[in-house]
Amino acid sequence: MTTTVDKAGSVVGQPMRRKEDARLVTGQTLWTDNVALPGAVHMAVLRSPMAHARITRIDVTAARQRPGVVAAYTGADLADSWSSLPMAWTVSPDQKTPPHMPLATDKARYVGDGLAVVLATDPYAAADALEAIDVDLEPLPAVVDIHQALADGTPLVHDDIPNNRCFTFRLDNGDFEATRARADVVVRRRFYNQRLIPNAMEPRAIAVAPTSPTGQVTVWSATQVPHFVRIFLALNTGVPEHQIRVIAPDVGGGFGSKLDIYAEEIIAFVVARKLGKPVKWTESRSENYQATIHGRDVVQDVEITATSDGRVLGLKVDLTADMGGYLQLLTPCIPLLGRYMYPGIYKFEAHTLTCQGVFTNKTPTDAYRGAGRPEATFVIERIMDELAAELSMDPIELRRRNWIKHEEFPYETVAGLTYDSGNYEAATARALDLFRYDELRREQAERRERGDVVQLGLGTSTYTEMCGLAPSRWLGEQGYAAGGWETATVRMLATGRVEVVTGTSPHGQGHETTFAQIAADTLGVSYDDVDVIHGDTLTAPFGLDTYGSRSLAVGGVAVQMAAQKVVEKARTLAAHLIEVDPGDLEFQAGAFQVKGVPDTQKSIQEIAFGAFAAHSLPDGMQPVLTADHIVDPETFSYPHGTHLCAAEVDTETGMVKIRSYVAVDDVGKVVNPMIVDGQVHGGVAQGIAQALFEEAVYDEDGNLITGTMVDYLVPAAVDLPAFVTDRTETPATTNPLGVKGVGEAGTIASTPAVVNAVVDAVRQFGISDVQMPCTPERVWRAIQQRGADGGPAPQGTIAYGGPQTATTAGGAQ
Amino acid sequence: MVRINVTVDGVRHQDEVEPRLLLVHYLRNRLGLVGTPVGCDTSNCGACTVLVDNRSAKSCSLLAVHADGTEITTVQGLANGEWHPIQKAFHESHALQCGYCTPGMMMAAIDLLNEDPDPSEDEIRHGLEGNLCRCTGYQNIVQAVRNAALAMGTAEPERAEVKP
Repeated sequence: MTTTVDKAGSVVGQPMRRKEDARLVTGQTLWTDNVALPGAVHMAVLRSPMAHARITRIDVTAARQRPGVVAAYTGADLADSWSSLPMAWTVSPDQKTPPHMPLATDKARYVGDGLAVVLATDPYAAADALEAIDVDLEPLPAVVDIHQALADGTPLVHDDIPNNRCFTFRLDNGDFEATRARADVVVRRRFYNQRLIPNAMEPRAIAVAPTSPTGQVTVWSATQVPHFVRIFLALNTGVPEHQIRVIAPDVGGGFGSKLDIYAEEIIAFVVARKLGKPVKWTESRSENYQATIHGRDVVQDVEITATSDGRVLGLKVDLTADMGGYLQLLTPCIPLLGRYMYPGIYKFEAHTLTCQGVFTNKTPTDAYRGAGRPEATFVIERIMDELAAELSMDPIELRRRNWIKHEEFPYETVAGLTYDSGNYEAATARALDLFRYDELRREQAERRERGDVVQLGLGTSTYTEMCGLAPSRWLGEQGYAAGGWETATVRMLATGRVEVVTGTSPHGQGHETTFAQIAADTLGVSYDDVDVIHGDTLTAPFGLDTYGSRSLAVGGVAVQMAAQKVVEKARTLAAHLIEVDPGDLEFQAGAFQVKGVPDTQKSIQEIAFGAFAAHSLPDGMQPVLTADHIVDPETFSYPHGTHLCAAEVDTETGMVKIRSYVAVDDVGKVVNPMIVDGQVHGGVAQGIAQALFEEAVYDEDGNLITGTMVDYLVPAAVDLPAFVTDRTETPATTNPLGVKGVGEAGTIASTPAVVNAVVDAVRQFGISDVQMPCTPERVWRAIQQRGADGGPAPQGTIAYGGPQTATTAGGAQ
Repeated sequence: MVRINVTVDGVRHQDEVEPRLLLVHYLRNRLGLVGTPVGCDTSNCGACTVLVDNRSAKSCSLLAVHADGTEITTVQGLANGEWHPIQKAFHESHALQCGYCTPGMMMAAIDLLNEDPDPSEDEIRHGLEGNLCRCTGYQNIVQAVRNAALAMGTAEPERAEVKP
């Protein structure tokens, strides 16, 4: 079923069919919930039904008497076995990091906060026994609205953290106030990047075997970060790191939600060791909605200053970000991961940003696909369309006047990042062509002219993002606790087959395929002869796992470098065996030969056997062909692209239909175009979902109203269009593969393109924003409330888009 | 406890089950057929879709006792010496990324093709409405179902490519 390519042919750049698929399409996958451990007991977690409550009593005695129950514990019972869950990124000196115990003992701080656990021989028995736990909760007023949370007199989520303020962050580049003073136009908006639920299709799951033939406690976890889990299990529980093995087997999607250390991982680990029995836990979907991190949830006040001929000057962004009830692994840094990306691809003189982190009685937020960069891109790409409307200028033309030109790279942005490469002109030209932009603009005008019930809107997003997390030194400067390097081992076995071991940990991205392509090309062997091993701290003791579009740009480069080391060692051995100087050999298509003398040819796979047999090695050479390499990148990569969306808005129902969607991305060199297209499709789908469908909604008591898949609209096939994808290819100059990363691009780009299209369709009614998700009800209300007099929607209504355009004296009308 | 007789992937089973036992838990935990995963608890996601007497059914929404006397096919029973055309098409069209929805998506697609051997893109999108995928944006899934229909010789080639 695999695609076989002649070993002389290059496979990098080819749409190689995936090595992963064979087990996935036949149902032979090892999901964590499929791990069968003899004698395992099943864990169930009692969760708080209240958003904010003082815990006055928890009694698990009756639960222990239930049939099949092996044990039941409260947080107090296990308090000596663990410590606070980790938070690894401190964003400012004033940041407050409250204790976050795996099971709450003092207060419950969100609906879903864990209070107690039951272990039983059967998952049904464990769930039943939860009902027998006696809990007294004293309800407290829930803190739900983030602005209210900051007000004096509001109840405190954490009793010792005043005003529920987690941190205040400020970044100043250039003099924004000066740009405002000389600007012809100032446009202000309030955007709300709503709270989202990541919805990896595989819920989280954990299996722990307290003993094993290696002497290690073995943990299987549906995680993106097995190496993080190992380190933090050790730090949290005091069990030495070398006595813990963590395996991320097949993992069914993550999107950031599995880039975390969760309470259940600690609890299952501690309880398995305490009981001396394997423990399994798998969350239900509804449990996932409460107990797995959410994404986004940032109120964004933005102000852009510009000249009347459409030159942008300054950008001011004030963020208020909802942390939820606790800080998870990266919670405070997420709204700030995009801090340098707000200026986008444009040449600003000044950029100022503030961010307040706020505690509320909601599920903690953390990384969700793009993590801070979608929020930043949404702001800049939405406000550019608003500025274009203010200037009565085509939004593409406004962008063209302000973006960095291809000949200006490398370019240091106002935010202090140096973009190494890019060609915004080329990507945009290609996208406009595929989209038939001018034709659609004509149709839009015609529909407006005749007052068509269905109006057409065109939305643009010319995005960039920073990928390839990340240079360790930079991460250290930013307050992150770890580095951003990545490891690879390439070993040629006796039979000439190749094992590639990576410290990254895929969960759908296809590393087994793309990393094999890289190794096969570098070694000149067949793609079929290479297999990639990942996701196990025993096989890759060091690794920093998969998130932030880093795997290829960091881990893939490590694979290439390790494979090159193998080639160099093989060259030395080949020269020794052929009895020539290494410099006299050429290496082509997996074989060494004396330049111009084909009958001296020895394949690298023959050399591998020679290195294994070790009968004749040069002095000082160690047997076997194997090499390790660790890459610590010097800087980021910057994918970019132009996404265009045409949306039809039914003005009678408010229904939005995406008529066409074009994505032209520049992700640098492409290892596997089939996989890149797939990443773009899925990313765009998630970005559209934010624009049109999804929102995690809490009521005033802090109950998650969208608490099941019935209530939260994860789009199905029928909700989404087919996408037109294409690429331009401007290689990254910052890594030898020339790659940039693609995992998050679609999500980052698409949300503003869609909302820009929706607003463009209804702007004629005096509407300058529709809050996401742009549901039929919101669009309809916006049209109803503004259509009459063209005035702004009143504050407090669902169509309210925040403070509206303020045009300074002399500004364009 | 209730006695059930059920044939799963060609193997006959006779078991005593709790009346409340969900079919998917019977398949996974009693028979060890863990190729059928569980993705939600509200019958929305379709990851657990199997064929019951040749019609697709969400096995989280049936009790094991409902399956008494039926013949069930799971993803693990699809290949017969070689992969089923839908398995080949999903692989060739890159219709899966993490693969968690794939078993259910393929079983739903087989039922769809049984009902309509030559579905249009729109009919496929509607036909798979009960199955959620978070990775692919569905485009390659729709293409894979078209390709499977072509490979099975039941579809008109001119509608082959999924076009925006």
